[in-house]
Amino acid sequence: MWDYLKLAGLGIVAVCAAIAANYAHDLAYQINAITVMLAAGIAFLWVVRTAGDPKPNLQHEYFDSVVRAGAIATAFWGAVGFLVGVIIALQLAFPQLNFEFLQGYGNFGRLRPLHTSAVIFAFGGNALIMSSFYIVQRTSAARLFGGSLGWFVFWGWQLVIVLAASGYVLGATQGKEYAEPVWYVDILLTAVWVGFLIAFMGTLFKRKEPHIYVANWFLLSMILTVAMLHLVNNAAIPVSIFGSAQVQLYAGVQDAMVQWWYGHNAVGFFLTAGFLGMMYYFVPKQAERPVFSYKLSIIHFWALIFLYIWAGPHHLHYTALPDWASTLGMVFSVILWMPSWGGMINGLMTLSGAWDKLRTDPIIRMMVVSIGFYGMSTFEGPMMSIKAVNSLSHYTDWTIGHVHSGALGWNGMITFGVLYYLVPRLWNREGLYSLKLVSWHFWLATIGIVLYASSMWVTGIMEGLMWREVDANGFLVNAFADTVAAKFPMYVVRATGGLLFLTGALIMCWNLWMTVRAQPVKATQNSAVPAE
Amino acid sequence: MGILDKHKVIETNATLLMILSLLVVAIGGIVQIVPLFYLENTIEKVEGVRPYTPLELAGRSIYVREGCYNCHSQMIRPMRDEVERYGHYSLAAESMYDRPFQWGSKRTGPDLARVGGRYSDEWHQDHFTNAKSVVPESVMPPYGFLANTVIDGKYIQDVVATNRMAGVPYSDEMVASALEDFKAQVDPNGDSSGLEARYGDEAFGTPVNVRNFDGQPELTEMDALIAYIQVLGTMVDFSTYTPVANR
Repeated sequence: MWDYLKLAGLGIVAVCAAIAANYAHDLAYQINAITVMLAAGIAFLWVVRTAGDPKPNLQHEYFDSVVRAGAIATAFWGAVGFLVGVIIALQLAFPQLNFEFLQGYGNFGRLRPLHTSAVIFAFGGNALIMSSFYIVQRTSAARLFGGSLGWFVFWGWQLVIVLAASGYVLGATQGKEYAEPVWYVDILLTAVWVGFLIAFMGTLFKRKEPHIYVANWFLLSMILTVAMLHLVNNAAIPVSIFGSAQVQLYAGVQDAMVQWWYGHNAVGFFLTAGFLGMMYYFVPKQAERPVFSYKLSIIHFWALIFLYIWAGPHHLHYTALPDWASTLGMVFSVILWMPSWGGMINGLMTLSGAWDKLRTDPIIRMMVVSIGFYGMSTFEGPMMSIKAVNSLSHYTDWTIGHVHSGALGWNGMITFGVLYYLVPRLWNREGLYSLKLVSWHFWLATIGIVLYASSMWVTGIMEGLMWREVDANGFLVNAFADTVAAKFPMYVVRATGGLLFLTGALIMCWNLWMTVRAQPVKATQNSAVPAE
Repeated sequence: MGILDKHKVIETNATLLMILSLLVVAIGGIVQIVPLFYLENTIEKVEGVRPYTPLELAGRSIYVREGCYNCHSQMIRPMRDEVERYGHYSLAAESMYDRPFQWGSKRTGPDLARVGGRYSDEWHQDHFTNAKSVVPESVMPPYGFLANTVIDGKYIQDVVATNRMAGVPYSDEMVASALEDFKAQVDPNGDSSGLEARYGDEAFGTPVNVRNFDGQPELTEMDALIAYIQVLGTMVDFSTYTPVANR
């Protein structure tokens, strides 16, 4: 019965998408509709082919196939996102790489959202979904709730990524940073996210452990907050159901406030709370030490999620946003430093008594460095949110450098560590193919980040100072174009840093691939162990 | 610490954990966002700011589509150098019809909040086609294809109507004559009196720019984008603006 319902649903989606493609007002919408039609068609065939197959009772096993798929998707989208990042970094240094013959489709303005979405939502999102599914099952001692709901979440998320990414290049965007997907992609994303919440909460409800482990607090608050942010920030009226054009429900100053409430907490919850959840599970596991302080985790969890949400207006200092709002944003951003470092202390001190592993275990080294970058960027962030500092740093490359020391250093490195931890376990292999390659990855990535962050400090502070420089008579010294020209060498350094980071990630992909292909299967069958 | 021992209640009850987390994360946003919708001094009371004409609206959607906001801000801060370089600091009223807002967060290129009227249409045509031809240091991508993309305003009425639905004060007449106004703005030899009456001097205090923006006979995306660029920051009448210290 359930299979027939699924078939009917997928059939309707495919037909509706075909009709939509036919009536499309714009190219992006048409291509997106065809993509949906194909996706629904493939899913339809899959359900037909597997309908009536005997369904073994897997309730005593963890649902790890979806986590394996998540690991592959994380590595794949990571490589794609970093590659697009290197390309747009080079476009800034060498603008002739915005090729004329591409008729705008390959211009910086369209590729930059592709890069940010690919790394945040495709790479980071898959890392979060994969880790959430893995962690919540292990810490609840229960199979993931909802039958094949996990697969819906996984494939739905990939579809969102493909629709959004192809949409940007073809010209469908709502023009709000980090929230560029248009209305119909937003709706699909909402459905997928609700599925994620149901799978996660359902697993918590049927857990066999009385206590909910701290990693799950962070992951749950991430899922809830991202849902809230997404729904409020993307409120818009479509111009037509057959087009990607839409009109935002809020305008001007209110839209700005809503956008940066969303934008900052996409960082705060997606890239911080969610990744802290990963840290709280995988760092103790890899270090084979318990979390440093249970009490600290309680205090810093509630303080972090309460304070983070206030920090958005620091993106709008000295703008037309009323002063009271931006001052609130600054004050809370500075206070936020403390709970942020609570997480860093808890993560680092978990290694107490296991510091010697830094010498022998490159995976632990990666995790420790990632926590180090987390601490650095959560100090830098509050400092930049102080109005006096912000008056110099805002609109400059300093912000870009800050974001990347967080994203590459913290999110990237912890995700690499998690992938190195998970892949041998998920595929039941005797350890990684090569620890030496992990060391190579570690050094390439670390040097890459250092080059990236330092070059952006230099250009950011330089252009900030050049913009405001006046001569003895009170005239501006530099034309805007002078600052653009002055940044060229540092743009080359930045692209080099990005290239090193990308190279490291490609080495990781090779290493993980060879781990699955060439490493001997582990003697004890992990997958047969019941979730007791 | 006794109080932390009570945390057991929360961490053994998934529903309670969910509800409390949601409450805790909701507060900041409510305090910061909701007042902006009803505090009267959030948007300054000034004259001159009008809804975009249909052509400017089309140009604006091209600006958004091409991701111009990734490199250009539209928000001048009240600092000496910015005011010297770009003009009077931006008011909230100037973007009150901007959906979405385009304040931006990064200046790889200069601020555009008051770029309207600063350069000629011809300068913009050259600049969009090959930025280095007028600014040798520029790293801006080429946008010459906009001049080859003819647009007919097929859906412009829907766009204006949807903007009104969202709250932009377009009149019935403005919606009804959207396509007519769209075409009239690029035709200096035609009859633009309707457009002028609805958006121009009499209604809002400033005449509408009516000319062939891209210098070609066809109505192209370049026309729309330049029409939008040329109106940026030119609407507000600063003689009606009084700064409020406590805002």
